[in-house]
Amino acid sequence: MLEIKNLHARVADEGTEILKGVDLTVKDGEVAAIMGPNGSGKSTLSYILAGRDDYEVTEGDILYNGESILEMEPDERAASGLFLAFQYPLEIPGVATMTFLKTALNAQRKARGEAELMTPDFMRKVKAAAGELKIDAEMLKRPLNVGFSGGEKKRAEILQMALLEPKLCIMDETDSGLDIDALKIVADGVNALRSPERSFLVITHYQRLLDYIVPDTVHVLYKGRIIKSGDKDLALQLENEGYGQIIGEAA
Amino acid sequence: MGVTELRPRTPAETALVSLAEAIGRDEDARRAAIEALRREGLPHRRIEAWHYTDLRNLMGRRLGQGQAIEAAAARKAGPAETVLAPLVAGSTVVDLDTPEHAAAPAGVTVAATDELSDWHEAPNHLDRSVDTVRLVNAAFGARAATISVEAGRALAAPIELRSGIGAQSHAAAKVAVGDGARAVFVERVEGGGSPAPSSLVSHLVIGDEADVLWIVDQAKEPGAAHLGQLNVTVGANASFRLFVLNAGGALVRQEVHATTTGEGSEIRMRGVNLLENDQHLDVTTTLRHTYANTTATETFRNVVMGGHGVFQGMIKVAREAQKTDAKMACNTLLLSEEGDFSAKPELEIFADDVQCGHGATAGEINADHLFYLMSRGIPAPQAKALLVKAFVDEMVEQLETDEAIADALTGKIDAWLEKNR
Repeated sequence: MLEIKNLHARVADEGTEILKGVDLTVKDGEVAAIMGPNGSGKSTLSYILAGRDDYEVTEGDILYNGESILEMEPDERAASGLFLAFQYPLEIPGVATMTFLKTALNAQRKARGEAELMTPDFMRKVKAAAGELKIDAEMLKRPLNVGFSGGEKKRAEILQMALLEPKLCIMDETDSGLDIDALKIVADGVNALRSPERSFLVITHYQRLLDYIVPDTVHVLYKGRIIKSGDKDLALQLENEGYGQIIGEAA
Repeated sequence: MGVTELRPRTPAETALVSLAEAIGRDEDARRAAIEALRREGLPHRRIEAWHYTDLRNLMGRRLGQGQAIEAAAARKAGPAETVLAPLVAGSTVVDLDTPEHAAAPAGVTVAATDELSDWHEAPNHLDRSVDTVRLVNAAFGARAATISVEAGRALAAPIELRSGIGAQSHAAAKVAVGDGARAVFVERVEGGGSPAPSSLVSHLVIGDEADVLWIVDQAKEPGAAHLGQLNVTVGANASFRLFVLNAGGALVRQEVHATTTGEGSEIRMRGVNLLENDQHLDVTTTLRHTYANTTATETFRNVVMGGHGVFQGMIKVAREAQKTDAKMACNTLLLSEEGDFSAKPELEIFADDVQCGHGATAGEINADHLFYLMSRGIPAPQAKALLVKAFVDEMVEQLETDEAIADALTGKIDAWLEKNR
């Protein structure tokens, strides 16, 4: 599904190198967790995967289903099945949530050469997905994410993910700002989407999320490199020992 | 008796006076205004209120050539070539040239009047001893109408004010909305124009507890010039909402001067200026708080694809007007290197217990917003269009008006955005 090879990247306008040779492979259907202390490059990695032009890839490559995506625009990446659930979903005043969802869904279908979804079918799809995530209809009448609480924003991200049916879901600190009930709803939403054809890259600071979204593999990102990989027990080890031990071993 | 030094007139000023004289009717009534126009000329950049819209210079470019003037003088104001559907379906249309023909609904009186605009009083303190917009309006013999809505009457449909869609259209409206009445008015500013500007001067008196929404829908043809002015007084506990949509014309100035005449009134002014090519669009407003406990919010959003935009917003709070809450904002999206926008907010506060603020922003489309939309599969051009539309649609939303009116306004905005994609 995803192969990141010796990826080096820096902030485009000031040149600070953030990623210093990331190597990571995520197989079809795999849930891979990336953990790491603050400032290790976790969010940068998610932005680069989604195609944000604030960062510049200086070396290495990102292969998605065997092909490099480095030259693709963010919308082309999305249409090919990549989805980033933002750590801080943006509030966009004036853009109605439903208009946004329909525009996004149909833009992707169009890019893939599929027929556009008619309004009744679209409405049915949104209602079903929103119900699962306990998102009420009033919320969908508001402008995109405007006035949503932290938890509502994260649920809205998962709603988008459910509607767009991506193949590779990148979740950037989806647990941040969530209370335990909201965390369960979000995790249930993610777990419902797990399938042999869909992979997840779950970026998190804490092990807590991984109690609910159980990963197949866990990778520790530190100073722009993956310094250790393991299975779900690695996350528990980190929870008990902190990052210090592993960083010490890697040094 | 003092001696008035007569400044030499520019060709444009001389041409404008000849155009006014060439109208050939109501000579006597207009004589004083024509003489004042000859004496005072047009304002220029050293007159503070016209600093960013140097009318003498800008008119000079339009009226510089003799042949243009002759052509214009030969043209007569004619009836509308096409029947224009009202902005909001079901509106009562009042043609200010022939107000007696209007089918006024119950509780509304419409009549012609020969009272001209009083140019001796300048509502903007920074203008000269004469008011330029009113002076042009009077010198060109504006047709005037009075419209009154009786107290307590809630009108079901908007009243749309128009004036001759032909080349030279000059009109004045004196509107009174009685205590507790509710009404929506649309100033429909359409049509082409001679090199001389068309003009529309309105006076609106809002009674206590009344509720008025006033829409200025300016969509002049690409070459036209227009000077508009709305003067409003807002009674106690009354609500005044304004929407100005500037989506046409070559040289346009729309002034709005509002004054509170009682406590507890609420003023909400919103507007959208859409600029392209070499347009020069100017919105100049004055908000006078003269009684305690009044609230005003004023926001203009501008989309600049070209041309020159101007916003001048003055908030004046008198010593008596304690607890005034007034906020003003002017936000511009600069989408081209060919365009510019000048914003001049002014606060003049004499009371000591008030909340007043102003802010102006200018910039490109928010890159974070654009990335978010694109990351969901929306291609850049479509994502940008969505964001520009959102930027201006918010102004319509904030009017909190009924759907038919909101849809009519967003429809006009969408048509412009579609054309300029």
